[in-house]
Amino acid sequence: MWDYNDKVMDHFLNPRNVGEVKNPDGTGEVGNVSCGDALKLTFKLDGNGRISEAKFKTFGCASAIASSSVLTELIIGKTLEEASKITNKDIVARLGELPEEKLHCSVMGMEALQAAIADYRGVKAADAAGDHEGRVVCKCFGVTDVKIRRVIRENNIKTVAEVTNYCKAGGACSSCLDDIQKILDEELHRKKTADAGKSEPGFAAWPVVRKVVKVQEVIDREIVPMLEKDGGSMELVDIVGATVRVRLQGRCSGCPSSGVTLKNLVEDKLREFVSPDIMVENV
Amino acid sequence: MNGKVIYADNNATTCVAPEVFEAMRSYLCENYGNPSSIYTFGGKLAADIEAARRHVADLLGASYRNNLGQATEIIFTSCGTESDNAAIRSALQTRNDRHKIVTSKLEHPAILNLCRELEREGYTVETVGVDGQGRLNMDELERAVDSDTAVVSLMWANNEIGNIFPVEAAAKIAHRHGALFHTDAVQAVGKVPIRLDESEIDMLSLSGHKLHAPKGVGVLYVRRGIRFRPFIIGGHQEKGRRGGTENVAGIVGLGKACELALAGMDAEIRYVAMLRDRLEAKISASVPQIRINGDMEHRLPNTSSISFEYIEGEAILLRLDQRGICASSGSACTTGSLEPSHVLRAMGLPYTAAHGTLRFSFSRYNTVEEVDEIAEYLPGVIAALRAMSPYWKA
Repeated sequence: MWDYNDKVMDHFLNPRNVGEVKNPDGTGEVGNVSCGDALKLTFKLDGNGRISEAKFKTFGCASAIASSSVLTELIIGKTLEEASKITNKDIVARLGELPEEKLHCSVMGMEALQAAIADYRGVKAADAAGDHEGRVVCKCFGVTDVKIRRVIRENNIKTVAEVTNYCKAGGACSSCLDDIQKILDEELHRKKTADAGKSEPGFAAWPVVRKVVKVQEVIDREIVPMLEKDGGSMELVDIVGATVRVRLQGRCSGCPSSGVTLKNLVEDKLREFVSPDIMVENV
Repeated sequence: MNGKVIYADNNATTCVAPEVFEAMRSYLCENYGNPSSIYTFGGKLAADIEAARRHVADLLGASYRNNLGQATEIIFTSCGTESDNAAIRSALQTRNDRHKIVTSKLEHPAILNLCRELEREGYTVETVGVDGQGRLNMDELERAVDSDTAVVSLMWANNEIGNIFPVEAAAKIAHRHGALFHTDAVQAVGKVPIRLDESEIDMLSLSGHKLHAPKGVGVLYVRRGIRFRPFIIGGHQEKGRRGGTENVAGIVGLGKACELALAGMDAEIRYVAMLRDRLEAKISASVPQIRINGDMEHRLPNTSSISFEYIEGEAILLRLDQRGICASSGSACTTGSLEPSHVLRAMGLPYTAAHGTLRFSFSRYNTVEEVDEIAEYLPGVIAALRAMSPYWKA
């Protein structure tokens, strides 16, 4: 027997906002009957672009119904921009807690919301979630590798059992568990490499070609177009260690505020897009 | 919940009958000796165990008694699952030139998961399918059993839908190929007449708590002359066939429960069938789009499996629980597994129905009033959940 808390039971027994909004601005349908849960979310916007009305219809267990009910509460009054930031974690937080095996119910809520927002924006819902792209890994529940990777990343998942709890993959015949483990290993490895990347050798230690290519790219894309608006320009002269030497041209050369331009525009952009170690010198 | 409980889940477990409890009482605090002891205080209990053994044998229609009047075909165990494990393992050990087990897709996990383990150990397992009513495919069974088959194991009655399998015919098929035949009769004993004397069944498992005895006691019947290797190895108890000090109170309780079941069987079968039929008639009349599952000609008198399309079983059960009504579901969500019942899937039930399937199972302790209360309360629950379902089109 599940140990549902009072909040979950309240939203299950007295669900808020059941039904379908008439002439909705956005509709999101996720899940399917073979999986044992499905959710149809509809919403309407007011004149200020805020969600004024949201309703749900859910096929599923108590936690699926409760998750849907709090989802409608969470999004009413929000702009789409605000609503699009809501995740399954917000749904669980609002409910207090869900049994581990039921976390996929909160994920379904988030997916329905994303699908409904995508529908409003005119994107096909399935493509928006990306859940139908990729290769089907779990045949019982039709879960693709793309979705499994997304769930792993979004919820910082470490074990195959958690993958099953969040998206059901592997929860039936269990023949794909090895496959899921492989995907999980790849994702964990990727994350480890990415984390390591954050402390990668400083800009000064980069190979010269990489330095030049990266810096030139950012100068062409981010910096020159800005300078050209004021009738100026700039060229890359040299890179020594972490110091990038440039020559300001056109109206920029000799401009009294060229020092500010150098620091506020050129150095900031290079630090943002290439490496925080960079210093810039005008020659 | 107002504290009142309507217990309609008797295939899950049953209440201990008051007569059973009375019979057991003195064996806990007063007559607590060890039946293996030499002194009277302990040793006299062996006679009580033998009396219980005879009651069990009587219920099973197994009349063999040894020269001491003991019904030695009855081995007491701790539960139905242990009996199943003991039966299959013994069959494989005593027929060690054979490497195959034949069973069905509707079996209880006690058999199915054991078979999965045996596959890992190198045995071959064939699981015979069923049709849309859950009736065993006898042609498939015929084809599956061969000269490499050590044992055929089929449930006598299914716990979820109540179907009664043709175990006698299946036993004949097994014997034609020199295989042993075992039946998991946990759901059948006490609910349908059993005459093992007139049967070809070699081994039968039963569980006490399904027929108003306590949990923690079961039986494996092994026909005399069938070689048996113990599963639990230890002392000399049960003539060396099951080690471990006897659960005297449980065994005495089971004996009493079997005595009651035999004496009241005809009346109980009629009574629970009346309750079951009354519920099904009322629900059929008041709730649209339902299906009643199983083999209507051959099913347990107490069991009703009803699918409510387009809604999910856990949600129904939790709402029934608010009224103190206890039933169970074939839904995935109630168990933490993610797939609906293997029984309903083997029958090919559509997913729209499988997830919303409830099982009601009655006993002689249920009343007409209880059935009427379920029938009165349930339609509102179904309607409320369907109104919430994206699939329901009123």
